[in-house]
Amino acid sequence: MATVTPPVPGRRHRTPLARREARWAYLFLAPWIIGFLIFYAGPMLASLWLSFTEYDVINPPEYTGLDNYRQLMSDPAVARSLGNTVYYTALHVPLVMLISLGLALLLKRVGRLQGFFRTVFYLPVMTPAVAVGILFLLLLNTQDGLINRALGLVGIAGPSWTTDPHWVMPGVILMSLWSLGSTVIIYLAALQNVPRDLYEAAAIDGAGPWARFRSVTLPMISGSLFFTLIVNTIASLQMFTEVYTMYFGNRETQNTFNSDAASFYVIHLFQEAFQFLHMGFASAMAWLLFVIILIITLIQVKLSNRFVYYEGEDK
Amino acid sequence: MSRKLRATAFAGVLTLALTGCGGVGGGNDEGGGGTATKGALSTMGFGFSDEIATTRVDAFKRDNPGVELKVTEGAFDEQQFLSAVASGNPPDLVYLDRKLIGTYARRGAIQPLTQCVDKQDIDLAQYRPAAREQVTLDGTVYGIPEFSTVRVVYLNEGLLKKAGLTADQVNLADWAALPALNAKLASVSGGRLARIGIDPKIPEFLPMWAKANGVDMLSADGRAAKLDDPKVIEALTTGVNLIQQQGGWGAFKSFRDTFDFFGAQNPLSKNQIVAWPMEEWFLNQAAKNSPNAELVVKPFVDRQGKPLTQSAGQAWVITKGAKNPDAACAFVKKMTATDTWLAAAKARVDARKAAGQPFTGVYTANAEADKKIFDELYQPTGNKRFDDAVATIRSVQDAAFALPASPAGAEFDKAYYDAVNRVLAGQEQPAQALQRAQREATAALDKATK
Repeated sequence: MATVTPPVPGRRHRTPLARREARWAYLFLAPWIIGFLIFYAGPMLASLWLSFTEYDVINPPEYTGLDNYRQLMSDPAVARSLGNTVYYTALHVPLVMLISLGLALLLKRVGRLQGFFRTVFYLPVMTPAVAVGILFLLLLNTQDGLINRALGLVGIAGPSWTTDPHWVMPGVILMSLWSLGSTVIIYLAALQNVPRDLYEAAAIDGAGPWARFRSVTLPMISGSLFFTLIVNTIASLQMFTEVYTMYFGNRETQNTFNSDAASFYVIHLFQEAFQFLHMGFASAMAWLLFVIILIITLIQVKLSNRFVYYEGEDK
Repeated sequence: MSRKLRATAFAGVLTLALTGCGGVGGGNDEGGGGTATKGALSTMGFGFSDEIATTRVDAFKRDNPGVELKVTEGAFDEQQFLSAVASGNPPDLVYLDRKLIGTYARRGAIQPLTQCVDKQDIDLAQYRPAAREQVTLDGTVYGIPEFSTVRVVYLNEGLLKKAGLTADQVNLADWAALPALNAKLASVSGGRLARIGIDPKIPEFLPMWAKANGVDMLSADGRAAKLDDPKVIEALTTGVNLIQQQGGWGAFKSFRDTFDFFGAQNPLSKNQIVAWPMEEWFLNQAAKNSPNAELVVKPFVDRQGKPLTQSAGQAWVITKGAKNPDAACAFVKKMTATDTWLAAAKARVDARKAAGQPFTGVYTANAEADKKIFDELYQPTGNKRFDDAVATIRSVQDAAFALPASPAGAEFDKAYYDAVNRVLAGQEQPAQALQRAQREATAALDKATK
């Protein structure tokens, strides 16, 4: 006599087809998972271990406990580079978001030439970061740079962008606006997805342009705003290539620019690792940055619950 | 994580795996030697930039047909080198700045060349003392020096004449008179610098200004910094004052950044600078691009008026874990041997002749080779200015000093470069900046030598 196994409470019954589909899904995911384990998770764990060691790449690591982390807390160069990076992030991210949103709003009104301008705004993103660094060294030249020449036309004596420690960071922020094209494109796509009938309904209710922007546009693109906030914040905290090219890329720049003012956290990390061979200390720096980024992102996610609207969700 | 961080972590994984297998590289830790030169041989940091490079490499290939030479062209890259070492696959040979040798030798990334020198019978006495000193750490030779640059003072005599001066009146020994001289030579109007009078070339040349004032910034064994010595402070103050007089660092540097020393529009031909110390290679460029320039070359001098110059340059080293140290040693010997240099210089003479340009010499770290080059190949150009300049450069080579090999050379350099830049930016006074630099350099040196 055949016996029937009663279904286990709480366990979902899966058909053979579902199981077969799941197996295929894992198979297709496998390359990514293997890549993640080998190229991300493994190295991350290795760098976590290295952060507790004295390691110069050439000789085997020696366990030193929390020494690297203690040194991190007391090293003024680390504090300086972290301060510069936070300063840059605090200015760069809001500026990029504001200017990109403004440009996207303008682009939306352009009409038939929108495709052309969209390409024009995106083109700078395609410029290699090293080329951008070199280009801006020329543009920011105190005596002959185009920026100071342009300021001179309206009677302003431009500052020493690259040599005055107070102006180095504004110069870098100016340079960073060169590649805001990606953010513009994301905002433009979001703006184009806002249903026209919402604006019409608001207009019928007597809402003016500002009220429509504040009560319709902003909530409807808040998901994109939040995404770019997170992505730009992380990218800013990891700023490296352009500034390294400008201020540390060759012996001439390395020798004659003010490294205190231009020292970003990842640049300092790179120098500790590859110039001074303090790979253990550099690993500790990497983990500190990872924790900082994680905390900032968690705060942003938490705050987003109050401000971000996702289509289809109940509010 | 950024790509740099991932690279760091990846190098870590590779190293952990390799250390688990009994250490990176392994094998022979003493530099190779012997006569068996066959198999694959790889180099890093070198390139076939001109006939001087190709002629010497061709000479090695002719003598060693059994060696399969692989030259990875490009300048030395620390990250590339360390990644190769960490992955257990370093090149056999690296061509790098001599000032890096102390750091890598101390860490064991490169091999002592004691056996190599013995077995290949390399005569170390043929190399200039300053170059030899830079490749030697704690009495052990770690590199074979190649080119050698020295620094001399270039003067634009046409501009001096306009200022009512002669080249003899430019006396860099008299530091008290430098500001007045600088004021006569420079052209600043409305905060805009139109012509540099005297360029002290700091921070790069601060060790030379300090030496001129009677002090070495680094002890002979490369383990003690002397950056806060009052004489270094005085040297820095003198240099900074010359720049402040010319509109300050912002104007000065941005003006200087527009110079092209390698073309016909160089600052000499464009009358943008009057007096500046610089490496001897600019003479070759000037002879090539500005043969009619009113150039005078004088030795840099100490405060007693005695000629002084700082030597720098590249060297060949054999890496720890090199797979073919014997061939590497043979290569190093061939590349820096007197006869090879002579053949390379001959190729340069021919190339210059074909281009209708004067030959103003090849300056190597091999004193014997230089002597032969100038005795056998060099012909006066017929332009007295260039001929006198060549004589001046040759005369100062034996007066050269070099910063000694140091186990924390990179950190030492960064400490004083940063100090000078802080002073130039107006953030700190010379004494304050150099005291901080002294603390930073001492901490790095202590850590490297513990």
